Amino acid sequence: MKMLINVAETVVADALRGMAAAHPELTVDVENRVIVRRDAPVAGKVGLVSGGGSGHEPLHGGFVGPGMLSAACPGEVFTSPVPDQMVRAAAAVDSGAGVLFIVKNYTGDVLNFDMAAELAADEGIRIAKMLVNDDVAVTDSLYTAGRRGTGATLFVEKIAGAAAEEGQTLEQVEALARQVNENSRSFGVALSACTTPAKGSPTFDLPAGELELGVGIHGEPGRERRAMMTSGEIADFAVNAILEDLHPRNPVLLLVNGMGATPLLELYGFNAEVQRVLAERGVAVARTLVGNYVTSLDMAGASVTLCQIDEELLRLYDAPVRTPGLRWGM
Amino acid sequence: MLDADFFRRWMTAAAVSVEHEAERLTALDSPIGDADHGSNLRRGFTAVVAALEKEAPDTPGAVLVLAGRQLISTVGGASGPLYGTLLRRTGKALGDAAEVSEAEFTAALRTGVDAVMTLGGAAPGDKTMIDALVPAVEALGESFEVARAAAEEGALATTPLQARKGRASYLGERSIGHQDPGATSAALLIAALAATADAPDTTGTAETHGTTGTMGTTGTTGDADV
Repeated sequence: MKMLINVAETVVADALRGMAAAHPELTVDVENRVIVRRDAPVAGKVGLVSGGGSGHEPLHGGFVGPGMLSAACPGEVFTSPVPDQMVRAAAAVDSGAGVLFIVKNYTGDVLNFDMAAELAADEGIRIAKMLVNDDVAVTDSLYTAGRRGTGATLFVEKIAGAAAEEGQTLEQVEALARQVNENSRSFGVALSACTTPAKGSPTFDLPAGELELGVGIHGEPGRERRAMMTSGEIADFAVNAILEDLHPRNPVLLLVNGMGATPLLELYGFNAEVQRVLAERGVAVARTLVGNYVTSLDMAGASVTLCQIDEELLRLYDAPVRTPGLRWGM
Repeated sequence: MLDADFFRRWMTAAAVSVEHEAERLTALDSPIGDADHGSNLRRGFTAVVAALEKEAPDTPGAVLVLAGRQLISTVGGASGPLYGTLLRRTGKALGDAAEVSEAEFTAALRTGVDAVMTLGGAAPGDKTMIDALVPAVEALGESFEVARAAAEEGALATTPLQARKGRASYLGERSIGHQDPGATSAALLIAALAATADAPDTTGTAETHGTTGTMGTTGTTGDADV
């Protein structure tokens, strides 16, 4: 497997150095692995901190900036960051208004953010935590680690970010973040496995004529494997899996997300099919985002996320945002 | 009695073992996790050995607390907080005694294992590191060697289980048939403990310099007086 890297050990640090060079509007602490918006802490503003394993770019570092995250902590590839990073990030963005940790439901992320919350609280920072768990491919029961956090993370970070930007309190921002999560569902499909730099070979074996339904964002296999399907058939499967669980009466935000190695030509075509299925099911789409936002290194495939919104959530979603990975209105 | 040097040698032996077995741990993690367990633990234990050399804590409790803190600060993922908590809480339970008896250590390790179960929410049979640690701590009252065998057996016994915690749980029935990487690394940690107890302490603190002198895994040196 050929990769545009030096050595696996420095992949994350190298990427952060490049990110710093490309985005002088961010403060990138390569050594401690924290990405902070340049003007932090913003007086009176709630800080928003997220993070997770690297390999999902632009999530999360690419979503740092006015209108979205205050700071992000990138871990090793597909490995949760450590509490030290999160405490450092919280301290850098706290203006006294408190900090919200946005945590994707993966065991490592949950444990490290839990420890960080305790340590930050010891330092006198007011911390709230919320868990993103939108992936309907996982059965949410006592006998699993619970639904994974995937595409809805973008909607949570965008809407909570807008609320924080306009000066809402920690409690209000947290409540909005939870509301977005509770109204969001995702389903992912892989056409190929991804290759981590450390391993250098695909993380699972997916034969040429097959696809994996219900994958997560770390190349972990999904819940089912089938013979390759058409874009329309995949759209039917993914949307129906979501609508079995979410029955939106209001319009939805739609994210058609690429896993990293699927070109926009295919993603737009897939979006056409997803929109068709939603129309057939009577679901109105208020806004659509198509592109690589929550990726899985070089995995081919896509995920669909729906978020049921009301007027207030839509207003916050439409509010200006200026980050490397998402930018409109400013 | 076990002194700070014993615990330093244990951590060094664990680091050497993790280094040797990193690829195997990563290979075990590949089908049911995300293929980084070995490299993550290697990063952590390398930091543990470096920190123990630098700060040279002088009680058993301080050695384990420092080691645990290093793992939490460097490993990431789930294994960082879980192994970090295991060592930190075991160390805290040992207090600031200069030496501890085997019975005191066993009781402290039980406290550490309980803390891991609380943190991760896992119970025996969930296909996690707990499946090696619980039998090990139960057997530790008999001898280090029996604990080593119990941990190894516990790790092997995870193969037919369905994972209920961590990333492997997403696979449901497809997690069956794979040995759990966390239980495997936990068995390595206990094996390093048994090897340390079994090795004659002839070199004092020089052992913390990453030599393989304490890595004999067979009982060729007879019963060390521990």
